[in-house]
Amino acid sequence: MATASNTHDTHGHGHHDHTPGFVARWFFSTNHKDIGVLYLIFAVISACVGVGLSLLMRMELQSPGLQFFADGQMWNVAVTAHGVVMVFFVIMPALIGGFGNYFVPIMIGAPDMAFPRLNNISFWLLVPALMLAVGSLFVGGAGTGWTLYPPLSNSTYQSGMGVDMALFALHLAGASSILGAANFITTIFNMRAPGMTLHKMPLFVWGMLVTAFLLLLSVPVLGGAITMLITDRNFGTAFFDPAGGGDPVLFQHLFWFFGHPEVYIMILPGFGIISHVLSTFSRKPIFGYLGMAYAMVAIGVVGFVVWAHHMFTSGISVDTRAYFMAATMVIAVPTGIKIFSWIATMWGGSISFKTPMLWAIGFVFLFTVGGVSGVKLANASVDVILHNTYYVVAHFHYVLSLGAVYSIFAGFYYWIGKMSGKQYPEFWGQVHFWMTFVGVNLTFFPMHFLGAQGMPRRYPDYPDAFAGWNMVASIGAYISVASFLVFLYVCYRTFTSKEQAAANPWGEGATTLEWQVSSPPPFHTFEELPRIR
Amino acid sequence: MRRSIVSRFAGLFATLGVAGMFMLHGAPALAQETGAAGQPMVGAPQAWALGLQPAGGAVKEAIHDFNQLVLWIIVIITAFVGVLLAWVVWRYRVAANPVPSRTSHHTLLEVAWTVLPVLILVVIAIPSFRLIYWEDRAVDAELTVNVTGRQWYWHYAYPDQGNFAYDSYPIQEADLKPGQLRNLTVDEPLVIPVDTNIRVITTGQDVIHSFFVPSLGVQKYTIPGRTLETWMRADRVGTFYGQCNQICGTNHWFMPIVVRAVPKAEFEAWAAAAKQRFAQEGGSSPVLATAAAPAEAGAQLAELRR
Repeated sequence: MATASNTHDTHGHGHHDHTPGFVARWFFSTNHKDIGVLYLIFAVISACVGVGLSLLMRMELQSPGLQFFADGQMWNVAVTAHGVVMVFFVIMPALIGGFGNYFVPIMIGAPDMAFPRLNNISFWLLVPALMLAVGSLFVGGAGTGWTLYPPLSNSTYQSGMGVDMALFALHLAGASSILGAANFITTIFNMRAPGMTLHKMPLFVWGMLVTAFLLLLSVPVLGGAITMLITDRNFGTAFFDPAGGGDPVLFQHLFWFFGHPEVYIMILPGFGIISHVLSTFSRKPIFGYLGMAYAMVAIGVVGFVVWAHHMFTSGISVDTRAYFMAATMVIAVPTGIKIFSWIATMWGGSISFKTPMLWAIGFVFLFTVGGVSGVKLANASVDVILHNTYYVVAHFHYVLSLGAVYSIFAGFYYWIGKMSGKQYPEFWGQVHFWMTFVGVNLTFFPMHFLGAQGMPRRYPDYPDAFAGWNMVASIGAYISVASFLVFLYVCYRTFTSKEQAAANPWGEGATTLEWQVSSPPPFHTFEELPRIR
Repeated sequence: MRRSIVSRFAGLFATLGVAGMFMLHGAPALAQETGAAGQPMVGAPQAWALGLQPAGGAVKEAIHDFNQLVLWIIVIITAFVGVLLAWVVWRYRVAANPVPSRTSHHTLLEVAWTVLPVLILVVIAIPSFRLIYWEDRAVDAELTVNVTGRQWYWHYAYPDQGNFAYDSYPIQEADLKPGQLRNLTVDEPLVIPVDTNIRVITTGQDVIHSFFVPSLGVQKYTIPGRTLETWMRADRVGTFYGQCNQICGTNHWFMPIVVRAVPKAEFEAWAAAAKQRFAQEGGSSPVLATAAAPAEAGAQLAELRR
């Protein structure tokens, strides 16, 4: 592939950085950077929906009693939509489609992704997927939780089109992910510039490579599970209906065989971003590069054999529980390697606290908090009383809302100057960080207390004893929503800025290839393939 | 033996002299004290509480011990990471350390932070394994109750006391008597004898629900077409509240569970009266007979597998 591009370049048929017209550029795009930008815009639009839903939910939970939601079904629909939108249409498009598309080819010195048209369809599949997911809200919705467990999700208990539309949304988003994953794997294996060996690849590319494998192997299983659910709902099959010889627990196994790798899919690209940001702003190379890379590989591999820890109360046998408990705790080891290597990267460095660095340091600490509560939940013995409670909600929001989302913002502030050619306003970036830091911790830390006291998740109303901490969490949520508005203001200020961003605004710490090209990079990034020594 | 292992580890950590850390985490409220002896206990959530609900029986007490151990470990780890980060941020800020080092490897350190977490996990895993096997099945259960989750109430059956069965409906807010807890009160609680190992057989009828009583340390899904077994034991007379803990439709939030533990003699009297009362009320209902049958078969199956 690299040779072919070289030949093409030397022939030189008119490489004048020719940019196509608006429609051809944005609707029929084959340029990885433009598609990456489309993904990021898409993620911000979806985030408005996801954040809006969480605002509604926290308003309802602020005090006991039903205030804003007519009934529990409406509540369950909102809970499901919040989960599906945040997972499939915010975090994944931002990290994988957005930053992945934009920076993987540049970082490995490739002219573009391996299959540019496949890349385009990956993005455009997401648009109808989001329309289906949001549209389902208006035709009854899916009051099932994002886990979609039958029998609740079958046609007896969720009649109407809502669940079907949500399932087709997942199908489209899944197809998009599978195609994207194939594209990334091919690109990373075949299109690295001369000298860019696997062991010299930037860690973000390593994170994307592992993520792509997880997607390729896990999403088809979700596809199978929801196809069976669709036929159960519409064509009279009984894959998950005990009355017809089916088994509801089978669905749980299939769902979580996808669902657990999915949580690593959402965090591994973030791991890569955090490594780059910490190294750049400490002006120090990454500590223990190989350990960092293979820790991600280990997390990816072990992540496939821990799924039933979501099912400790589903009646799986005690020996099975013992195995899944042990396997789950093993994941703490590579995760620990990453946390300590990040601290060691900063150790001895010369640290400057620009906005991306604040997000990265916040990530390291808060991901630790989410990680250790995961170790507790891994123990089936204590999960008996924590399963499905707010302790779990606290745990996964610490690793997602405070983990993955922090890495998205770290990446945004780190790269927005590179992508747009305009630098963000430092003051407002820091305001955004501190408001979010206070807001999300105030929202999610008290949920540990609620969960320990036994408050079940997916409740629109709760016993009065839970009112105190719920009020605190809601206040935190309002601060978080306000910080999201600050983020939108930061976007506005950035794009209307007159200041041209330098090719490398971060100095000697920024060593990866994207800092060698202009800001924004030319439409065709590399006229000649770079050589990596 | 099981308890002694747990407490030995807890003791080890206590002697490490990190008690101050625990205070920071709100130790006084972490293990709620139960009422004075003799007073009926109330196992319910408390306002502003930080820790687990008080233990009403042996299973939950064992969970408390184990939870204590893990909590110590994760608080220490989090504090350690927090202190390291704070130190690094302070000591290596650009003003304090203008020339960065180029160090990127330290084999001993890397081996250490791989091996030490493994050891910590082993410390957690050993008592945890013991606990899950002990939590799994009742030893010498004297009583079996069949629990069926239904949209949106609970159905309880007592196969050993003449196979009577009844429904347990939540009380609407408007009908609450003074002192009753909103969203937690039911018309007919599940009544069990105190100091007794009770086998709980769960099954589902419509969608999946979860039978969850935090203060007794018991939770199991009720799944249609499946019969699952767990157990519980109340060592104190009292009332233990729980709620359905698996999303089950529009009233998921309004299907509370109340378990009332009474002295054995009182239980016998209640069971005798209940047999009469519910036989008259539900005798003609074919639903009861069909619902009880598979659960009973499940009880026998569970008996065979032990």
